[in-house]
Amino acid sequence: MTDKTVKVSIRHLYKIFGSDPQAALTRVRDGMSKAELLDKTSHVLGLNDINVDMHEGRITVIMGLSGSGKSTLIRHLNRLIEPTAGEILVNGEDILSWNEQRLRKLRRESMSMVFQKFALLPHRTVLENAGMAMATRGKSRRDYEAEARKWLDRVGLSGQDDQYPHQLSGGMQQRVGIARALTSNADIMLMDEAFSALDPLIRTDMQDLLLELQEELHKTIVFITHDLDEALKLADHLVILKDGAVVQQGEPQEILLNPSDPYIEDFVADINRARVLRARSIMTDRPPQGEIAGDVAPTDNLESVIAQAEGALDRTYRVTRGDEALGYVGMADVMQALVRRPSGYTAS
Amino acid sequence: MATYDGLFDTLGLRDWCDTDASDGPMSMADLMARTQGGDEAGTTALRDLPFPSLDALHDACNAIPQTRDLTSGLETGFLGIRDALRVVVDPLTQPLSWALENTLWVMTETPWWIMIPLLLLATWAVGRSWKIVGFVAAILAGLAFVDHYEVAMQTLAIIFVCAFICVLFGVPIGIAMSRSDRLQNVVTPILDLLQTLPPFVYLIPLIFLFSVTEPKLYGIAVILYAIVPVVRLTNLGIRLVDADVIEAADAFGMTKSQKLFGVQIPLALPNIMAGVNQTIMMSLAMVVIASMVSAPGLGILVLRGIRNLELGVGLVAGLGIVVLAIALDRVTKASLARIDASQANR
Repeated sequence: MTDKTVKVSIRHLYKIFGSDPQAALTRVRDGMSKAELLDKTSHVLGLNDINVDMHEGRITVIMGLSGSGKSTLIRHLNRLIEPTAGEILVNGEDILSWNEQRLRKLRRESMSMVFQKFALLPHRTVLENAGMAMATRGKSRRDYEAEARKWLDRVGLSGQDDQYPHQLSGGMQQRVGIARALTSNADIMLMDEAFSALDPLIRTDMQDLLLELQEELHKTIVFITHDLDEALKLADHLVILKDGAVVQQGEPQEILLNPSDPYIEDFVADINRARVLRARSIMTDRPPQGEIAGDVAPTDNLESVIAQAEGALDRTYRVTRGDEALGYVGMADVMQALVRRPSGYTAS
Repeated sequence: MATYDGLFDTLGLRDWCDTDASDGPMSMADLMARTQGGDEAGTTALRDLPFPSLDALHDACNAIPQTRDLTSGLETGFLGIRDALRVVVDPLTQPLSWALENTLWVMTETPWWIMIPLLLLATWAVGRSWKIVGFVAAILAGLAFVDHYEVAMQTLAIIFVCAFICVLFGVPIGIAMSRSDRLQNVVTPILDLLQTLPPFVYLIPLIFLFSVTEPKLYGIAVILYAIVPVVRLTNLGIRLVDADVIEAADAFGMTKSQKLFGVQIPLALPNIMAGVNQTIMMSLAMVVIASMVSAPGLGILVLRGIRNLELGVGLVAGLGIVVLAIALDRVTKASLARIDASQANR
């Protein structure tokens, strides 16, 4: 993770909604809480001292319940919302100091966005929608047609070029939204609850599509969601927001095993841990006393390990990548990992 | 002795009141009071206490003007600026006169066997529906059959010119309003005023400004009356464009003009067209009233029907206006439906 360069970096970001945000900002810096601020000054604390590094070619998932400020946060990255204080560095440059022209160039060429409600242009065809970013840059239809068609095909929308968005189902509309973001050829993709409006089966399809695309494209993706399953499935780096502040961030497996806060503990309580936790997260270095029953890959989830053990509890597996042994997983460890350690956050 | 004498006496304003105590022209009420013998004056019963209006106060104190001074003051004031106003407004509005004169001339002088097919062609171009074209053909033929062809053409000519100018000015005003809340706050009361002012009231200052023989006199009246809906609905239409779509346009780096012409106007088009439809309907309504100041067309016949109590003439012309209105409405609605069909997501 650390070997990857930081693409987007958020430093000490504050956003306060109200008539005099600067005055409210000093109070917040002096330690006033969100509820107190609302009560005393009727200012809403949207974001409170956010610090996040987003690495190149990785999916950073920002998760939180509604009202936690996650949609506000993602809109700061392309300055659809202006912050009250803080810095946003893209490729090391603070975009807050940029003028309108440079900002427009950033939005046109290096950041694309996918929206929860699709936000396609209803009076344009699917092809024209997919080519919207390039048309905005002044390219004619002839110039963007091939590129737009390529990405429409890639997201599974061949032959729908001349349909209008309202003729498509929700899932297909969001495919157009993704094709639109990909056609812009931006290396950063902002996805604001992109799959939340879709029904569960289609949502799973779209998540798989995104992972598949990411496999070959290696974009820097910032993904917003309120769904923990989705977050764990997609995230390379998970940021959990609550009341406008980061509660915990890190590798998703790490968060799942070591929740640092009762809030996160509640969050992860209903997760199917066998499906989410992977062998590499719970493996140990020391070789076991008994014999090795077989090999598993580090990315195998516990469900498949249990399946491989056929339910037997006394076996130990070796975790290997290629020929190299990374560690060992005993079935007892597996079983222990499946139940959540009560108040583990206080112990560690 | 007037009711409020005591008031001015106690306030010590008696001297001020009587300084220019010139006897103005006697009002009717004064005359009545004098002829009935002013015996009871001074002992006004409480139930007869007059409201302290300008007239009542004037009775007690000569320095206070009467109400009729207000209306006559307005009149002299308007007459005072009239010449200056005319110097500015006359040349500005002259193109309107030309447009009206020429359109009237073209539409009445062109032979009917060219004009009617042309109108039907326009109907097809706008509505793309043979049903509507047939409907319009039947209405035009019907009007021509009862020898109302020429007056109908005159009415249509006035409406075409006025509605075109309304759109020409109304849409940009509406767009400007949608982009600035301050402008909206200024323009909205003016629109309210234009919409609620009785149509006859427009004509009064206009008659003073222009000569009654000039077409622009009724042209301006029709435009002022009919421009309101297209302005309002353009403003509303643009403000109602889905905020998510606007956000997407911003996120992909559209400039303001790309957003306006590529997103906002196309998406507001159904509302703008609804405004155009309303504008045409209102200019048709105003055309009848404008006949009182020499606007030609069906309205003249309606007016004749009222003035000379010619029931039949008035009714036929009135029904002629109704069928014209229906035709215009159907044609503009058909074009509206055509726009809606391509974005039937609402």
